[in-house]
Amino acid sequence: MHNHVLKDLKNTAGKFPDKKAFCGEHSALTFQQLDHAVDTIGTFILEKNIRKSPIVVFMEKSPEEVATFFGIIRAGSYYVPIDAEMPSVRIHLILENVKSPLLICDDSTFEKVGELGFSGSIVKYSEILDGGKIDDAALSAVYNDSIDTDPLYIVFTSGSTGVPKGVVGCHRAVNDYIDQLSEVLGFSEETVFGNQTPLYLDACFKELFPTIRYGATTYFVPKALFMQPLKLVQYLNEHEINTVCWVVSALTIISTFGTFKTEIPKYLKTIAFGSEVFPIKQFRMWRQALPEATFTNLYGPTEGTGMCCYYRVNRDFEDGDAIPIGRPFDNTDILLLDEEDHEVTKESGKQGEICIRGTSLTLGYMNNPEKTSEAFTLNPLQTHWPELIYRTGDIGRYNEAGELMFVSRKDFQIKHMGHRIELGEIEVNAQMIDGITGAACIYDKEKGKIVLFYSGNKEEADMKVILKDSLPRYMVPNVTRKLDRIPLTSNGKTDRVALAEMVKTRS
Amino acid sequence: MDELIEILKDIHPDVDYETATDLVDGKILDSFDIISLVSEIADKFDVVVSAEHMIPENFNSAQALWDLIQRLEDEE
Repeated sequence: MHNHVLKDLKNTAGKFPDKKAFCGEHSALTFQQLDHAVDTIGTFILEKNIRKSPIVVFMEKSPEEVATFFGIIRAGSYYVPIDAEMPSVRIHLILENVKSPLLICDDSTFEKVGELGFSGSIVKYSEILDGGKIDDAALSAVYNDSIDTDPLYIVFTSGSTGVPKGVVGCHRAVNDYIDQLSEVLGFSEETVFGNQTPLYLDACFKELFPTIRYGATTYFVPKALFMQPLKLVQYLNEHEINTVCWVVSALTIISTFGTFKTEIPKYLKTIAFGSEVFPIKQFRMWRQALPEATFTNLYGPTEGTGMCCYYRVNRDFEDGDAIPIGRPFDNTDILLLDEEDHEVTKESGKQGEICIRGTSLTLGYMNNPEKTSEAFTLNPLQTHWPELIYRTGDIGRYNEAGELMFVSRKDFQIKHMGHRIELGEIEVNAQMIDGITGAACIYDKEKGKIVLFYSGNKEEADMKVILKDSLPRYMVPNVTRKLDRIPLTSNGKTDRVALAEMVKTRS
Repeated sequence: MDELIEILKDIHPDVDYETATDLVDGKILDSFDIISLVSEIADKFDVVVSAEHMIPENFNSAQALWDLIQRLEDEE
């Protein structure tokens, strides 16, 4: 029996041919249309004699982009999403890393593709679909040859050395993730998703794969609505959206501005959130507005395929409390390891690094053996045969109720506006600017701002403008501060304590 | 108005706020910019911005935003 992520698509398309699968701002695809597009794209790739290769997708967020992802998977290759929001420097680094033979774009990105200097073939989605054929025999042959440890995607995450890391994920881990997540959140054919997260990360798996498995429907909520809370709620109601898996900051945009006084997202019954701390005051507003809904905190790094832990909220919290990350999904194990790699027990209440064991592990970082072996290591608690664990770099502990709590990071990775960011990547990019002699980043948690300290001959305002060219928008420092020199500790390292103090005292 | 321009410049130093009239429609300000902008404005001008004010028309230019702040100040 094949354990392929698209194993349910044909069935679902047979069962609900005319039901909408994915709906975007400008277009929608029914399950039948989706299935047809997927097979057509799959056939096109096979006819180009491309096998088991990374294929770049540079399209507007749309149902057609999802069809392209699945079409690539149908052909036994794996998709690498890039996005117009990414600065060109970052796109170049990604293209250099994956060395792909084919890029699929659309009308909205076609012009930009020319600037990328991409060396493989370039084709538009519409060109593939117009009069495209379907070769069932060739597609079946590829399907029958596939195994569930084959990759299906590479998504890129911030890297501390300035180079983003490509996380390679496989069928087995995605299927397991969707099994567990669907059980916890109760997805079915009745589910109507309102997607918020971008398609170039693994966060969107929560909607993409359950939609084809159950015959659910996913709406891509237009980005512009996330600054118009009232219209956002009206949109959710118009489409009778009952399930959202959003970053916390997207949810608090609604609660902060008193939207609930005017309009309640009355169809919502399943609300999952994650990636950030939910301020309890805001969380309470949500629970009061939707007393019947379930609220689930999700936790997990991209390297563990989507999410790996959950906590279904079942009690009240005081201001300043943190919502637990709870317990691992079934079929996933979490180890807490101390600095000597000894296990931290539940009962001890001590802290340790959160490490993941199980099927949910991704395959590693693309063309990056060094970073892969640092993070994906042998399990120090079980030395009888080789068994990999992933070291998240997150520090956790168990509370009195035996629930896992997130404590802090081991390094300089932060979560800012729902995005995972290595402060080191910002520092490296700042240091590469001509005339800059030193750079160090501090995250002002209280205000949610990235503060860049630097020395050199550039003005504070210019630094932000220059960094916009090399960093994604969400990584550009909110505050830039010029210093005569970056303070150092007695052993010559950046004095982050002194810098953090400067952040505090300035306000 | 100068105080407002200063807050705006802090977010995007490279924008000419005297002339720009498509800050939202032209995707110069994204949703997270708007959120931090609103919290700065609330602090500085002591006004309460609520959901019905959060529409592109109020944020497309510095002048529109300034007018909104004036209206909110009058309401109090």
